[in-house]
Amino acid sequence: MGQDSQNEIVGRGARDGAELFRQWFSSLDATAEQGAQSAYVFVMGSMNEILKAFDLPVVFPEINSLQTAVRRVAHEYLNEAEDYGYSPDICGYVKADVAVQLRNGEHPMGRIPKPSLAVYTNACNTYIKWAEIWERMYKIPIFTLDVPGSREGGVHTGPGDRSFENDRSYVEAQVHELITLCEEVTGRKFDIDKLREVLGYANDVASSWQRVLQLNASRPSVFNAVTEGTIYLGVANGFRGTEQGSRYFRELVEEMEYKSANGIGTLTDEKYRLTFVGVPCYPIFRRFNEMFSDWGGTFVNSTYLWFASGGTNRGFQYDLQRPVESLAEGVLLSVRDAMDSMFHQSYMIEDMIDEMHVDGVVYHPIKSCRTVSTGLADSRRYLMEKTGVPSLFLESDMMDKRVVSEAQMKNRVDAFFEGLASRRSQQAAA
Amino acid sequence: MAYAAGVDVGSTQSKAAIVDEDGNLIATALDETGANVVQAAERVYEQALRSAKLREEEVDYIIGTGYGRYKVTFGNAQVTEISCHGRGAVKMFPDTRTVIDMGGQDTKAISVSPSGEINDFCMNDKCAAGTGRFLGAAAMALDLSLAELGPTALKSDKPVRISTTCTVFAESEVLSWLGKGKKLPDILWGVHQSIATRTIGLVRRVGLDEKITFTGGVTRNVAMVKALEDRLGIRLNVSEQAHYMGALGAALFALDHILDSRKPASSAEVA
Repeated sequence: MGQDSQNEIVGRGARDGAELFRQWFSSLDATAEQGAQSAYVFVMGSMNEILKAFDLPVVFPEINSLQTAVRRVAHEYLNEAEDYGYSPDICGYVKADVAVQLRNGEHPMGRIPKPSLAVYTNACNTYIKWAEIWERMYKIPIFTLDVPGSREGGVHTGPGDRSFENDRSYVEAQVHELITLCEEVTGRKFDIDKLREVLGYANDVASSWQRVLQLNASRPSVFNAVTEGTIYLGVANGFRGTEQGSRYFRELVEEMEYKSANGIGTLTDEKYRLTFVGVPCYPIFRRFNEMFSDWGGTFVNSTYLWFASGGTNRGFQYDLQRPVESLAEGVLLSVRDAMDSMFHQSYMIEDMIDEMHVDGVVYHPIKSCRTVSTGLADSRRYLMEKTGVPSLFLESDMMDKRVVSEAQMKNRVDAFFEGLASRRSQQAAA
Repeated sequence: MAYAAGVDVGSTQSKAAIVDEDGNLIATALDETGANVVQAAERVYEQALRSAKLREEEVDYIIGTGYGRYKVTFGNAQVTEISCHGRGAVKMFPDTRTVIDMGGQDTKAISVSPSGEINDFCMNDKCAAGTGRFLGAAAMALDLSLAELGPTALKSDKPVRISTTCTVFAESEVLSWLGKGKKLPDILWGVHQSIATRTIGLVRRVGLDEKITFTGGVTRNVAMVKALEDRLGIRLNVSEQAHYMGALGAALFALDHILDSRKPASSAEVA
């Protein structure tokens, strides 16, 4: 492959992902202008597959909110919600979204349409209260998909187990209820062949996403799981079940395989391979990563790419011969996995240490999300006792710059790397 | 004879230490940091040079540490104060396994290996509760000097319970206790106990070990040492030089660099 071809393929995922994002928000802007219908959904169990089968544009308020932070205007939105009466201690994503609604959909990436319905799971307890805000604001139907989680940390039931089949039937009944609700909201009849088509595309995305994550075991790593990974994640959520999403991820696998085969890494000198646990620090997104890359550290995996993709990282493949039943099974397995990636991630991280050649683990508990942060201290203790792998606990926020202290953060990051360097010197000398 | 120096630019005070090539501490200096951090670093380093009777060119390597470590413009490298306090504490007390460093705006608990490497650390976050600043706020509210705080607190026989975790609100809580007629020593001892409780929470996170060395400016406060010892139920290692432990650690890292550079292949990765 020549230099031009290499330039074309390397970095394509980030470029095309950014372009798809612009297109997506542009289409949402058009939807808002037309006053057309849309569905508000969340990253953990979006039910994109059903909503796409009804051609309903999907809005991810979590993504809208984090975009305000990445674009450095989150404080305007947070302040507006707090001026309205929301407490500083409430989830930053919720408050930024409330401000978007108070501003009639005004958002840095374009106008956000109002919801016609909201669909959410119990994967995050805030989802439920958040959707109730829209219910009060817009008098829209809201739908809770109650997904049974793991019955015991790290112990999974599977297809064929009695309790799993009970859970699957429970989820399947709810999927039928959601289909009925979508028919009522849209006035359209459910088309099972359309669902098959959507599921087929979703299968492509899931298998490719799994492959992309696996390919980062390459040395050097082929993408940064915090920076580039978050772009791929956005496409995985917004374009799951679409032909565009299917094509994007096919090309992304091609890019990562090419980089892996040719030893092309994200850093010129990869010294330390790290795992990231939690939600990124969006207010200083690039700077946060630089604190690590300045020391030759790169994030080779991230639990965020697991739970915030709704567990699609496990690559579940829908059976197109029995679409609704299989969708219920896939949602149960994937969302359950997403929840475990937040609450019982220790075992998965432990496995990854050898598989991905990890030198250290960075925990990032955040002030405004108890759901993802509460169990991190337990996870860290478990991992240190079980593996001895060095870890760093960095407390900040995913939205609110008022509680992100860059100087304090850098001090901790520098001390962490000094420890890693010292440990490596000692190992080399032994 | 080669010499190495460490300059610890903290939020409140700047410290400098110089060691000879055998690792002996030969000079220290201390000054307020103030608004001009660069000048504070220069000033305190010059004081240490004078004290050691050395010329600038006689010091072969200098490491900056503390929050202002990148403002030590004449330094050769920077190392965080977390690593430096660990290193300095083990130098002073070789059996140290845990370090409590209490400074002007942060408190750290550091778990160290026998050779002074950092196993783990934990610090107060985004809040000055449980730090020297907390004591400063109490002193200001009670119109006392920092030096008077410890001896006054130790006269307490019935300490109050300070419930707030915020340095700013602590001041108003102190005043409200005064309004209720509580005695000064009882209020102050309550403040010290409150800080000790928060500090020990940090220590437990990195793992409580019996061999604990207390470093930082607050070590000069006798009531703080006692409050920590009472809560922990053990005696703390407290050096006369505890205030300079970060600067000493930095100087020792600088010395590592000098000694490593004499070897055929350098392995001084930290510095």
